[in-house]
Amino acid sequence: MKVLVPVKRVVDYNVKVRAKSDESGPDLSNAKMAINPFCEIAIEEAVRIKEAGNAEEVIAVSVGDASSQEQLRTCLALGADRAILVETDESVEPLGVAKALKEVVSKESPDLIILGKQAIDGDANQTGQMLAAMLDLPQGTFASEVEIQDGVVQVTREIDGGLQTLSLTMPAIITTDLRLNEPRYASLPNIMKAKKKPLETLSSSDLGLDLSPRQNTLKVTPPPERAAGIMVEDIEQLVDKLKNEAKVIT
Amino acid sequence: MSILVIAEHDNSELKGATLNTVAAAKEIGGDIDILVAGMDCESVADSASQIPGVNNVLLANKETYKNSLAENLGNLIVELSEGYSHIMAPATTNGKNFMPRVAAKLDVSQISDISAVISDDTFERPIYAGNCIATVQSTDSIKAITVRTTGFDACESTGGSASVNSIENDTNAGVSSFVKEEIAESDRPELTAAEVVISGGRGMQNGDNFSLLNGIADKLGAAIGASRAAVDSGFVPNDMQVGQTGKIVAPDLYIAVGISGAIQHLAGMKDSKVIVAINKDEEAPIFSVADYGLVADLFEALPELEAKL
Repeated sequence: MKVLVPVKRVVDYNVKVRAKSDESGPDLSNAKMAINPFCEIAIEEAVRIKEAGNAEEVIAVSVGDASSQEQLRTCLALGADRAILVETDESVEPLGVAKALKEVVSKESPDLIILGKQAIDGDANQTGQMLAAMLDLPQGTFASEVEIQDGVVQVTREIDGGLQTLSLTMPAIITTDLRLNEPRYASLPNIMKAKKKPLETLSSSDLGLDLSPRQNTLKVTPPPERAAGIMVEDIEQLVDKLKNEAKVIT
Repeated sequence: MSILVIAEHDNSELKGATLNTVAAAKEIGGDIDILVAGMDCESVADSASQIPGVNNVLLANKETYKNSLAENLGNLIVELSEGYSHIMAPATTNGKNFMPRVAAKLDVSQISDISAVISDDTFERPIYAGNCIATVQSTDSIKAITVRTTGFDACESTGGSASVNSIENDTNAGVSSFVKEEIAESDRPELTAAEVVISGGRGMQNGDNFSLLNGIADKLGAAIGASRAAVDSGFVPNDMQVGQTGKIVAPDLYIAVGISGAIQHLAGMKDSKVIVAINKDEEAPIFSVADYGLVADLFEALPELEAKL
């Protein structure tokens, strides 16, 4: 069995991103970049499936500019066997990413495709579901547990209010939620080995894809500021303020 | 313009998130239809028909739709999409699950999690954990939209009289099946619908200590939430998580206890009307968004707060 893991290069989750003063976009100059945390969980899950003897090969794939090679190398250091970069210099919407991934899927025919549920830059939460629809495949989104047996995959999903378990035919698409696993750290020897693993580059124009955006971003602004609050001395003063000033409790 | 809103429900009750979504649809303007897809869900269709301003309720009452499987529901919405300019659902785990399938099948780019309507094709949505607000204009002929429910006040739920039309489409994709569901039973309000939320973070130290929040929640009629740090540490289940990667809440009163205030937590609660932070670290970033901050040991402050309410 083959597992394909699409990953995205995003700004590191510890960076507090601000809008540029001319409102043209987020200010990412000199921001530390990293693999999207949910994608890291996806790679970890795929590697665990391989280590459990349920898969022979784990392939990482990314759609982005040449700098995404860095994140693909991270995936290789974490245990992926090879990597594919669909290179494009444009900023691609989830719909376009899903179209590019569809081409990779038809080339590689994986049995399982594991993605992060959302990227922490655009917070769209779309790509996995879109890819599933384009391929007419079943999906198990927001997974907290994945179990493979006899050509069927059981996915436990984090839904509002609790958990839901679905059974999916394979090939299937899974998107990861936080509690699925705790990703490992890449060891130095594995980082060295990753440099020798194959990383293939395809250009989006070779694939004959139109990835042009369908949405125009008119402006990017800071969120409304909250008025400065006050510090209270003790619980008594807090309760008094909530009752008599904010009037949110009685 | 003609808008199809997908109802959020559990086959017996129409969920409040539907009302926020209809409110967003009304800001866009045009005729509004509601799709109720489920099994034995006539009572939901009946509730939907009473929402003022709704034209038609489409009722797809079939085993195929009982568990809202994204493959089946997505295909149904695609079949019904002709003639609609907008297809909208709340950005719940359910809406997030099926809507991108609809968008992909229609070859349109979805607009996720809108927090404001500017015009029929232009919307605001938070990006980067709510640290930026993007104003985006869609060039697609059909707009597939999920709605951040905290961005829109719920519309009225009664007074309307839409017709209910049964539809016979059956779009069983046959690739997924429901196994089981474990929904946490609680007498407390739902996190996303509660007027008061009290949340605990890593400072709670363990899961047992979350019981310190119970008495206060009882007195205030509050829902209990948690930070991602508390969930990651295994104190409480993930469905209690408030944040960028959990639930987005905007209650009248939000009390953050032992929560430092990581970016991703603030993303889930900073639109609350009044925010209280209790933390023993006076440097904690949570104080920067709090209306009322108290530097205190939560193990002393919580019992005292419960007693004083």
